[in-house]
Amino acid sequence: MSAVSVENVHTHDEHAHGEHHELGFIRKYIFSEDHKIIAKQYLISGIVWAVLGGLLSVIFRLQLGFPDMDMTWLKPLLGDWINESGKLDPNFYLALVTMHGTIMVFFVLTAGLSGTFSNFLIPLQIGARDMASGFMNMLSYWFFFASSVIMFISLFLKTGPAGGSWVIYPPLSALKEANPGSGDGMTLWLVAMALFIVSSLLGGINYVTTVINLRTKGMSMDKLPLTIWAFTFTAILGILSFPVLLSAALLLIFDRSFGTSFFLSDIYINGQALPNQGGSPILFQHLFWFLGHPEVYIVILPALGLTSEIIATNSRKPIFGYKAMIFSMAGIMFLAFIVWAHHMFVTGMNPFLGSVFMLLTLIIAVPSAVKGFNYITTLWKGNIIFTPAMLFAIGLVSFFVSGGLTGIILGNSALDIQLHDTYFVVAHFHLVMGSAAFFGMIAGVYHWFPKMYGKMMNSTLGYIHFWITFAGVYFVFFPMHYIGIAGFPRRYYQWSGFDTFSSYADLNAIITIAAILTFLAQGIFIFNFVYSIFKGKKATENPWKSNTLEWTTPVEPIHGNWPGEIPTVYRWPYDYSKPGASDDFIPQNVPFSATPESNLPEETELIKSEKEIEGIKFDTSIHD
Amino acid sequence: MTIVIAILAIVFVILTFMVVSKTLSIIKGIKDTGSEENEGYLGKPNKYNDANGLALLIFWILSLAGVFWSYFSARENFLPESSSIHGRQTDFWFWVSMGVITTAFVLVNSVLFFFAYKYRYSKDRKVSFYTHNNNLEIIWTSVPAIVMAGLVFSGLRVWTKVTADAPQDAEVIEIMGKQFAWAVRYPGVDDNQLGGYNFKLMDDANGNPMGVDFADEKSFDDFSNASEMHIPKGKPVLLKIRARDVLHSVFIPHMRVKMDAVPGMTTKFWFVADKSTNDMRKELGKENFNYEIACTEICGRSHFGMKLLLVVDEPAEYEKWKRSQKTLLAENPKLLELVPANLKAKAQKYLPVEEAPVEESVADASLSNSSKVLK
Repeated sequence: MSAVSVENVHTHDEHAHGEHHELGFIRKYIFSEDHKIIAKQYLISGIVWAVLGGLLSVIFRLQLGFPDMDMTWLKPLLGDWINESGKLDPNFYLALVTMHGTIMVFFVLTAGLSGTFSNFLIPLQIGARDMASGFMNMLSYWFFFASSVIMFISLFLKTGPAGGSWVIYPPLSALKEANPGSGDGMTLWLVAMALFIVSSLLGGINYVTTVINLRTKGMSMDKLPLTIWAFTFTAILGILSFPVLLSAALLLIFDRSFGTSFFLSDIYINGQALPNQGGSPILFQHLFWFLGHPEVYIVILPALGLTSEIIATNSRKPIFGYKAMIFSMAGIMFLAFIVWAHHMFVTGMNPFLGSVFMLLTLIIAVPSAVKGFNYITTLWKGNIIFTPAMLFAIGLVSFFVSGGLTGIILGNSALDIQLHDTYFVVAHFHLVMGSAAFFGMIAGVYHWFPKMYGKMMNSTLGYIHFWITFAGVYFVFFPMHYIGIAGFPRRYYQWSGFDTFSSYADLNAIITIAAILTFLAQGIFIFNFVYSIFKGKKATENPWKSNTLEWTTPVEPIHGNWPGEIPTVYRWPYDYSKPGASDDFIPQNVPFSATPESNLPEETELIKSEKEIEGIKFDTSIHD
Repeated sequence: MTIVIAILAIVFVILTFMVVSKTLSIIKGIKDTGSEENEGYLGKPNKYNDANGLALLIFWILSLAGVFWSYFSARENFLPESSSIHGRQTDFWFWVSMGVITTAFVLVNSVLFFFAYKYRYSKDRKVSFYTHNNNLEIIWTSVPAIVMAGLVFSGLRVWTKVTADAPQDAEVIEIMGKQFAWAVRYPGVDDNQLGGYNFKLMDDANGNPMGVDFADEKSFDDFSNASEMHIPKGKPVLLKIRARDVLHSVFIPHMRVKMDAVPGMTTKFWFVADKSTNDMRKELGKENFNYEIACTEICGRSHFGMKLLLVVDEPAEYEKWKRSQKTLLAENPKLLELVPANLKAKAQKYLPVEEAPVEESVADASLSNSSKVLK
């Protein structure tokens, strides 16, 4: 819709508006094809899932922090999963861990983060009226919704939801006899994930297509905000890696239901040798991590993109090293595909392969470090405004650095022997991709809320939310490094059976308390979010004095985004505090000819080409 | 313990609220900054701006203190010095890497929080329009790259050594994971070779949980011990690892040994334990210290309970212990049924002596059984 020619734009718009007003409630808010509504649908689904995923983690943290606790009081919530003596069922403990991981990684930090912000920001920041295919976009959300419903239903099965951890390694996930969660719970998990992958592909293809085809006049690739670069790279990662997970899931479905032996071999269980032979559980791990590793970048890249925008805006300073940022993201994206087996150093994989993957893994640390340094240099000599979004963005950088550094140790196969599947790993990824991506998402919500709902969020509540959450996250995850160095394995219901793991009871209790407080503090955010939608202070068009195109749209978002013509873009998005300029920001749609006082010499040259940009006519005819 | 927890919980709550109240107290003296020239600029720095910048710096200083304090208080519960030779190497490089990343952690975070504080909004600040600097980019690309290359190189060397083939004279021991226990088999004192196995021969009811193939005469002197695993001190030990139902992972924390157990595939890990259980008891001053083997690959309900004691003996003691063990056949004479007729005589040697009279019926049974094996 945005690829309209200049002449047609007005008539086309009126037409679009006519249509818009006739849409009923259902087409407008439920089966909507408007990217802004779909973004909000993703956001609210993501928040609901985050609350649930967090709640599950609180329950298993109670078990880990207070293993002797009488949990009878949880019986109204968990029913028979609390046994007669008031103990949490160990099978359900595993189910909790599994569902916490699945929900957080896929439903919150993939759908909730990419789904929300790619949808919301891509058309707005590149100057398009909507996504390339509004219908596909709608399908994407509803496939996600169906997937969510199925995953949610699986929580209430009598045998419990999937319980083989989020990596669902067979044979555990393939054999009903091995674990009650591998029965119907696992079936629903696989169905839900298959739908999720469909949703993610529909979304991803749409994002890439939109960015490539629907940029407004003058929006060349080197003028794209870093958010858009990040979303594009993320979408490419998803498009290339999610199908591999789908293939793994399909093969697992075959093994589970149709007697094939892709992943099964030489198994004796429940007093019986199974007929399966020739399969390899390692094959599944390769397929899984071929998605699984890009997945962590699918989670973190959009968060880094949002952070770039927020840090530049609130430092009132251009992002440092714009091109270096793009190249490092491209490098991360490329390397993300060839490091997967660092999750498998001690699975019996050929050790030579381990050496190769260790080398590649440590290379990926370099572009990640470059990004961190660029953020910090952006702050240098800036004029920082601590909006809640900015605080969360700074928190993200801190987590990304602190958590990323331990990756250097885990990526070293020799050191990973001892640390693999211990709490060191748990600490590492919860900081670097869990909390960092979560902070990116929260920062994004605080920053773009005015554009989403036309209202401001309360910043004092935002500050309280930030400080409790920021301190809380470090309180929860930092001590886990110590527990990991002491060798405590992950996914243990309790450690007291081992003399080796009998220490740190107090530390685990502290972690649990911190986790509960941090979880409760999110209530402040949810209150602020809901309250501000209805009663928030009315926002203005550009409350943060930001440069990107979304801030040129009206306060109340409209269908088609801009009431008149789509603005033309003349400059990069980071002209903050330009020497000579009258204000400390110059939006992307301000031509160089209008700012002779602040133009750099090479920019004065560009004035000549402005006519050319304005004269661009997009070809809207449909080719065969 | 509860009191400690309660106190720490309170401290945590107080800390959080201290930050908030500090924020509030600081801002009291600060006037509302920013001019009203631009009505639409809702995001202009508010009265909490200085306080937030200061709070970030204070947070980091408190955190640094917390990090070092917590490290020194937590480290008394770290694992003691490794009891295996390769473990001391990986530990060495672990702590070298920890040194490197701790330095980077402190430096980078310090700069981050200091800049946040230093460059907090001030009306008079002149922001530098500094868009890029290729030299800087090159420096901070190459410095991490060089450090990383050093770590990769050291890591590769250790990794290659650890995963190299075991020496010829290594003591081979088989360990099999199952839900939810470990089974260990030794090659025996006569031929010192493990007999074959086949998952189709596994039979819990008839005492062959590991599926040992008794058509293979190397199995006759093999023995097993359900309660503990013994290994000799100072001699290479090669673990042949397998699983019979789902994935498991052999983890010996004190030895820095970990390797998955995979159904349908044998994995291996070799190491030299050079501190016996008694050495460790003396070193740690703990009379009842024991090495333990744990499972670190999620395997179901009792994943957390897959414990096996590991005893490291002086070599002589180890040989003595080996001799004192009963062979699989002696433990469970019923297994003789699995031995083909032509090897029965050989197998007899490993049976308890008083077993003689049942010869005839055993021979009958063996016929039907050997056909089963063939199939």
